Amino acid sequence: MIQKIVSKNFNIKDSHKLEVAKANGAYESIDKAFKLKPVDLEVEISKSGLRGKGGGGASAGAKWCLVSVTNEKSYLVVNADESEPGTFKDRQILEHDPHLLIEGIILTCYAIHAHDAYIYIRGEYVAFAKRLEEAIAEAYKDGIIGQNVKDFGYRVDITVHRGAGAYICGEKSALIESLEGNRGHPRLKPHEPSPEYFFGKPTLVNNVETIATVPFIIKEGADAYRAFGTEKSPGTLLFGLSGHINNPGIYEMAFGESMQAFIDTVGGGVKNGKKLKAVIPGGASTPVLTAKEVETARLDYESMREVGSALGTGGMIVMDEDTCMVSALKNLLSFYHHESCGQCTPCREGTAWVDGIVENILSHHSKLDDIDLLSDISKTMNGKTICVFAPAVAMVIDGFISRFKEEFEAYILQSKESVNV
Amino acid sequence: MSFSFSAHNEAKFAALLPRYPHPKSLVLPCLWMAQYQEGYISQEAMAYIAHKLDVPMAHLYGVATFYTMFHLEPIAKYHIQVCKTLSCELCGKDDILKAIEEETGLKAGESNALFKVSQVECLGACGGAPMLQLNEEYHENLSVQSTKALLQGLKS
Repeated sequence: MIQKIVSKNFNIKDSHKLEVAKANGAYESIDKAFKLKPVDLEVEISKSGLRGKGGGGASAGAKWCLVSVTNEKSYLVVNADESEPGTFKDRQILEHDPHLLIEGIILTCYAIHAHDAYIYIRGEYVAFAKRLEEAIAEAYKDGIIGQNVKDFGYRVDITVHRGAGAYICGEKSALIESLEGNRGHPRLKPHEPSPEYFFGKPTLVNNVETIATVPFIIKEGADAYRAFGTEKSPGTLLFGLSGHINNPGIYEMAFGESMQAFIDTVGGGVKNGKKLKAVIPGGASTPVLTAKEVETARLDYESMREVGSALGTGGMIVMDEDTCMVSALKNLLSFYHHESCGQCTPCREGTAWVDGIVENILSHHSKLDDIDLLSDISKTMNGKTICVFAPAVAMVIDGFISRFKEEFEAYILQSKESVNV
Repeated sequence: MSFSFSAHNEAKFAALLPRYPHPKSLVLPCLWMAQYQEGYISQEAMAYIAHKLDVPMAHLYGVATFYTMFHLEPIAKYHIQVCKTLSCELCGKDDILKAIEEETGLKAGESNALFKVSQVECLGACGGAPMLQLNEEYHENLSVQSTKALLQGLKS
């Protein structure tokens, strides 16, 4: 099941050091790329069908094109603000193969005519930021980046920019606000597809893993990447397993594999020989799946939508038969309540309200119509805010209530107040 | 009381400035530098940075209070941050909190001269759940015993 493209060097000793990385093929794609025109790189990425690996799954080629067509001074921002609960994949790249990321950055900068790249890394990843800084210093010293990339006459400067603890800064426009020295408030988006703007200049924001996939595609060609995965979800993804699972960790696989088989074989099954109850498939913001739905679910963007959820980041949280779903939802809602940036009223007030209601259900202080109230508030939060944070919360609530309603009702029936309704 | 950057931070500032199209990008890096220098971000430090970057003090205060990792008051020597989000909760973060309480006498949200104990949202280490962050270091795959041993090492 395992298919290593991005993770090919993860298990090599000292793979983060330039010398070792070079011995394992690092920076080979640069020589090929600089003999091509920037637009050739963009075409190759478009042909490969590479999709953004930060959770959204948007076409990378189309996103690059939005920036390159402007013909203006532009920037590349790499999103390393990995904060989606259940997701811990980008840190593996930063820890084990930072030179792969740097190689991807050089290629991407060249393709979109950018010379300055910023890696926005979450503040808590101190050790990984340090590792990245060390790798960047090595690359500067070796003439791989800087004024004259490998003597090809192209300048690329890479700067690591640390966040300081805010989930919302993983949202691309909030990330840029933060990079501009502001509070991380997402920006309103225009109706047409548009690049981001860093101090008014067109900017490409891509996830770490997306950029780290670029060297393989440029080196081996779009068809080599398309040889993996499905037609609409080509290639591979770093899937994650955590929660009640025997082998938690990050595993690279082609898209389209069976979720059940992944959990049973690679994951080693549910911990302590228990039965599976539910899986959150791709980070906290994707709707939870029941064990029955997991049986038929396949791990690609389209299939996950068919079973009523989303692939997201591919970071799965596994829950065994003894898990209380009311308590699990409460855990997630207190996360969203804490992390709402507070800019839009439906989100700021809504996340606090739903968190309070589920708290009441959990402590048996609720009324039967609280479930309807939760659905009602979700509707009010969905589609009425600047970014997709609030709609994601609505989807999370809906996922739990629609699939595990009887558990919520059982809690409510034990409430003293429900007797009076 | 007045504040100014150490020579080390001044050099770092000078190196970072040409990297960005606008000095305002240095708000977060400067707040980090101030926090590393003094252990927290004082009003004086904020005023100094505001002046240095030519942004209003109110803006700086707004930014510093938005991000959870900035401390506007001095903090205990060891900050223990236990991840409380779903994977860690499923894997027993409550046992870890209990072990910390037994060892330090502190519940989440409490602090003394040596320790501050917090519960925080997802630290991106779900595969190593349960986990905690001790100052800047991650400690993953914790057990009650390993947590206690870690804290005992700090007390001695």
